[in-house]
This record gives sequence, structure tokens and C-alpha cells, in this order.
Amino acid sequence: MLLIYCPYCEEERSELEFRNGGDAHIARPTNIAEISDEEFEAYFFLRDNPKGVIFERWRHIHGCGRFFNAARDTVSDRFLTTYKAGEPKPDLDAEPKTSAEVETYEALEGAAQ
Amino acid sequence: MADQAIRKAPLAGLRGGSHAAILTPAAPASRISLRAGKDAVPALSAALGVTLPLRPKTSASSGKRHALWLGPDEWLVIDEDDADLMAAAGSSGALHSAVDVSHRNTAIIVSGPGAEVAINSGCPQDLSLGLFPVGACSRTIFGKAEIVLLRTAEDTFRLECWRSFAPFVFGLLSEGAEDAAH
Repeated sequence: MLLIYCPYCEEERSELEFRNGGDAHIARPTNIAEISDEEFEAYFFLRDNPKGVIFERWRHIHGCGRFFNAARDTVSDRFLTTYKAGEPKPDLDAEPKTSAEVETYEALEGAAQ
Repeated sequence: MADQAIRKAPLAGLRGGSHAAILTPAAPASRISLRAGKDAVPALSAALGVTLPLRPKTSASSGKRHALWLGPDEWLVIDEDDADLMAAAGSSGALHSAVDVSHRNTAIIVSGPGAEVAINSGCPQDLSLGLFPVGACSRTIFGKAEIVLLRTAEDTFRLECWRSFAPFVFGLLSEGAEDAAH
């Protein structure tokens, strides 16, 4: 079970209390009525789905109810950091590097070849 | 045809648990779900007669009235004497939102040396005394149901859940209480 640090409760809580809220730091265009369909599609639907670090919104739905942002590694599922909504993206290079201790399908597949 | 509706408490008459963790449905109480900004906290605290806590996972009590921190701008206020909390909050004169949830919630008192174990059968939070001392409270999850926990004594918890989930919560808690006795 993952433990996720909630910046509002100031404590690590079980993943059961949280819901994912999709990509973070997506700014709604201020001229939303004027943009083209393609621009709206890019803003509204298209996401990068990266393999590696992703910035996401999470909601502590069965706790304080607050939305916050988190940097998560999509390969190891490790949470690198969490921070309050509205705060800028943290500098992840300043954070301690994550170890590769989590066994992943990709890692095992590589060894089998 | 019956012409009178009779209000029935969701857990009326139920008893359960084990010698390690006794389960008792709590008496009816009045409750409000209170939302307010920081500016309104002093006025609301004065009007309600209990200081709204501002630290996560803390509560404040004054007699039989309890204010539980649920979020940075959200509290659950419980009055076990069935006082009119809506009127009390309304008399504060401060900007706030109060919703009467007296009949939405029901509560179960879990007491005994195995109370922590019984609740942890369905709840992932660390309830050890160091991290969840007397007076600590938290909204969390129990099985599939959302609950609000308040530790009223070292071996006693007040567990608030929505009335439609009450039979599920009581059933799962009974199983947990039996496990705690082994």
C-alpha cells in the first residue's frame, strides 16, 4: 500500500484515502471563446502520458478533502514530492534521487532478454 | 393505513463486539458540517462556545459539544445534548456555511482494550496513542465507507458514519471486534 504525504494534513496517509485528479499545471486559456478547435483539443484532451516523472493533481477525498499536487514516477509508482495547490512546480533536482529498488515489469523484461 | 411516521434510529437496539472491543450505538446528537474562512473562526468559536481547532487532526470539546477539524476550512461540530447548533452558528454574524447533518450521521462508540485493533480491521490509519492521542480526530475510510474518528479516551473511540452505511460499518466492526478478542 502506498503512503502519500498530504501537505494539508501534514502526515502520510494510505492511498485508500486519495483519488487521482489527472495532470497538474494545466492552465485554462484566458481567451477560451476565441481559440480554435485544435487549440481547445490540445488544452482539454491531449496529455503527454510520460514514462517517468509526472506532475499530477491528487485529492485527499476521504481526509481533508483538499486538492494538492504531486510529482510521481509512473514506472516505480514512487511519490517524489507533494505540495499544496497553487504552489509552483518544485525543483526535483534539488530533491534526493530515488533508488531503483522497486521491481518493475520493464526491469524484469530487460533481464529476461 | 398508518398515518404516523415513526423515526427509527439506524442502529436501534443493536449490540455487538467482544470482551476486547464493545460496540454501542451512540445516543442521537445534533451535528453541523461547518465551512468558514480563517477570519470567521473567532466569531464562530465564541458563538458555538467551543474553540474551532486550526491544527490538522485535532479537536476541541466543551462539555458535551465537540468541534472536529476535518479540513483547513471545514469542521464537524457535534452536540450530544441535541442543542440547536444551526441557531448558534447563525448568531455569530460571521460569513460561514453550516449544514445540519444531525440525521445524516450516526455514531458508534467503540471501547475496550481492543478498540484500536477492531477499527484497524477496516481503517488504514495508525491509531497508536503516540500518533492518534486522546482528542485526535480524522475523517478517514473504514472498509468502503467514509467515517470520522474521534478518540475520546485511551481505549474509546467515537466513530461517525453516514446512516445508510451504518449497518455495513456495524457489521464489519463486529467482525473486527471478534478478531481483536483472539
